[in-house]
Amino acid sequence: MSTTRPFEQTQAAPAGPAPGVISVRNLNFYYGDHQVLFDNTLDIAPRSVTAIIGPSGCGKSTHIRVYNRIYEMYRDQRCTGEVLLDGENLLDPSLDLIELRRRVGMIFQAPTPFPMSVFENVAYGLRLHYTLSRSELMDRVEDALRGAALWDEVKDKLHQPGTALSGGQQQRLCIARALAVEPEVLLMDEPTSAVDPVGTAKIEELVRMLTSRLTVVIVTHNMQQAARISDVTAFFFEGRIVEVGQTTKMFTNPANKQTEDYITGRFG
Amino acid sequence: MRRAGQRRRRLVDLGMKAAACLAAFVGIVFLVWVLSEVIVRGASALSWSFFTTLPAPPGAPGGGLGNAMLGTLLISLGATLLGVPVGVMAGVYLAEYGAGTRFGTLVNFMVNVMMGVPSIIAGLFVYTLLVVSLGHFSGYAGAVALAFLMMPIVARTTADMMALVPNTLRESALALGAPRWRVIVQIVFRAAKAGLLTGILLAIARVSGETAPLLFTALNSPYWPRTLSGPMANLTVTIFNYAMSPYANWQRAAWGASLVITMGVLTINLVSRFILRRKT
Amino acid sequence: MKLSIFRSSRGRGDALFHGAAVGAAALVLILMAGLFVDLVIGSRPSLEKFGLGFLWSAAWNPVTGNFGAASSIYGSLVSTLIALVIAIPLSLLIALFLVEIAHPRLARPVGGAIEILAAIPSIIYGMWGLFVFAPYLADHVQPALQAVFGKVPVARALFSGPPMGIGMLSAGLILALMVLPFTTALMRDVLQLVPRVLKEAAAGMGSTTWEIFRKVMAPYGSRGLVGAGFLGLSRALGETMAVTFVIGNDHRIAASLFASGNTIASTLANEFTEASNPLYLSALIELGLVLLVMTLLFQLAGHLWLGRLEKNTRGGR
Repeated sequence: MSTTRPFEQTQAAPAGPAPGVISVRNLNFYYGDHQVLFDNTLDIAPRSVTAIIGPSGCGKSTHIRVYNRIYEMYRDQRCTGEVLLDGENLLDPSLDLIELRRRVGMIFQAPTPFPMSVFENVAYGLRLHYTLSRSELMDRVEDALRGAALWDEVKDKLHQPGTALSGGQQQRLCIARALAVEPEVLLMDEPTSAVDPVGTAKIEELVRMLTSRLTVVIVTHNMQQAARISDVTAFFFEGRIVEVGQTTKMFTNPANKQTEDYITGRFG
Repeated sequence: MRRAGQRRRRLVDLGMKAAACLAAFVGIVFLVWVLSEVIVRGASALSWSFFTTLPAPPGAPGGGLGNAMLGTLLISLGATLLGVPVGVMAGVYLAEYGAGTRFGTLVNFMVNVMMGVPSIIAGLFVYTLLVVSLGHFSGYAGAVALAFLMMPIVARTTADMMALVPNTLRESALALGAPRWRVIVQIVFRAAKAGLLTGILLAIARVSGETAPLLFTALNSPYWPRTLSGPMANLTVTIFNYAMSPYANWQRAAWGASLVITMGVLTINLVSRFILRRKT
Repeated sequence: MKLSIFRSSRGRGDALFHGAAVGAAALVLILMAGLFVDLVIGSRPSLEKFGLGFLWSAAWNPVTGNFGAASSIYGSLVSTLIALVIAIPLSLLIALFLVEIAHPRLARPVGGAIEILAAIPSIIYGMWGLFVFAPYLADHVQPALQAVFGKVPVARALFSGPPMGIGMLSAGLILALMVLPFTTALMRDVLQLVPRVLKEAAAGMGSTTWEIFRKVMAPYGSRGLVGAGFLGLSRALGETMAVTFVIGNDHRIAASLFASGNTIASTLANEFTEASNPLYLSALIELGLVLLVMTLLFQLAGHLWLGRLEKNTRGGR
């Protein structure tokens, strides 16, 4: 078992004010026999934005794909260690994956609207987890779309296919879909890499707003993006967490030579 | 350095191109030949009563193959009800659960092998399995034989079409907390809908024109189909029996039946292609 | 109030669905195994009476109860051989036409027409063969063949006898027509897999279209092309109705291609419902077993060949 518990106080009150605390302890990850994450230990504060940066192939995405156990879709992937969500080890095999994934949402690199209407896309997750009347459903869909700053753009095309929206809108639709089920944590795996600059700006603004309700962990390639939107930055290199710190400090005065080299563009 | 055989190379190229064009032309000619004979000879046998009445005895005027058309519809429907669900689920296994496992590889291979089983062998199998044990020919046995042929076709196209659905779509549904079976039914099926439907329709078209598997399962009957558990009239076996008979009016009826079955099969084919094209 | 993330009783839907999928997959294996076992059991009386000799005995006498598969096997192989000799070069040429020569605007309808040819039920080919094609052969093609080869020593025997239109040659030709669209579609897919850069590199060196095909596309797709041939072969072997209509259904091995003969499938189609005694029935089931084993061997060869092709072109993932 791990030793330090930095968020002990929030854990002490089970219905405490700020759920969405993540503590990663000694996480190792393997593709078959090939190890890609080594001994990752990381603490993520509730209602904050944590950016994960590092060169491609360093294990950033793999790391956050443990938080909702989406990696389990693939038979040859496995991990050891602990990831605590509000004090409960989410790697426990007896855990209810469905409830875990309601509490930990995920946004992917390319927008993934389902082959159905805008409305049905957002309603999909709601229907999975709640029994709602038609009007309640309608209200929750609207709330979610407003929460994703998309409502004004799509309120007249709720019954058009989700794929008919622009790339940036599709990505915000996916965010709305994830928000609708009221997660505590939102994982974002390079969410703007397939989105144009205007759409990217909107999504970044949205991420900042989201911290009033939940914890965001965002993997990004783009260091300016990390600097703009995150509170804490973690630098990954070759499957290890090299440095974690306040974003402002990381980008102005990194403690580690490798971090500095990466941030100043000497490699990566 | 001599520039060798330029002229010869060009001639060979020209000759081979001409041969390829000719080959394609020959293919078209035979298609037109076969179809036009079926249409011309078949049309002369068609009339309203051809679709609504029972067969006439040899030499007697009138009569129709209403019973055989109904029988073919019923047997094909039965085969679809049996073969499609099992085929789709086997396809789901191959695409969603079995990929990369040993069992999955084996099933995948066996599906391909099963697609190559001659249709008459499927009839033989069902004969020994159902006809011998039950003691009589039956529409059920015919439907089972056709379902045996349908199942691997449906499984193959289902697996192939589902494999085209990007994994990120599955991941994002799973990440929302959807259980695996809902992801498959509500997201993957929906994303692959056009392809799945096309595959199923093509499989139906393919087996509903089959004769060999029905020869010793459904057999044939001169009566209206009343029950699936007795010998059952059907178009293709009727064509076989009538064509081999010495009676002119039966041979004419065989052409009429040929036209009906050809048009039916080709219509399903074209509809399915249209669905696929419109969607993609 | 905090909801625990520990498992409730929700896995049931998944378990059921997964179980149904595994069951359907297992059914494929069960059916294939069952098919074999069933045919072996069905042919036991015949297997016990005739042993391996069944395969090369040309006898077929329901009255005395003496059966052998030789004439049926011979007929299946010869009609298939005729079909392939004609269909394979033709489908290769049509595939080349569709992929390299024809303008896409032409290639699409021609490709569609070939697919329609593949969709026509085999009994229609039988009807057309019996009532249209066979008389045409008897009137025009067979006399011409006899006129041309009448003096050539070996070929004369192949084309001897009365030109009736019905027989081994007609069966082979109809089979060729039936296999043609199938192999064409497979070969077209193989040729389409040839990377553009390879073709462009060859064209850049001044190769003609035919040279690109012979030196680049055919070698690159050779495995796929051979695999397509194997699959066409196994399909021709098992084809029943088209052959039954035109082969004449005679248990004999004749040198002339004009003579009637039989195939395993046509024998089954013709005689199965008439087989009155258990030995006769069992001999027919054993014929079916022989056909199944033959087709599966060719299938297996084809799939192994194609399987290796897929691994080579797709690369490991």
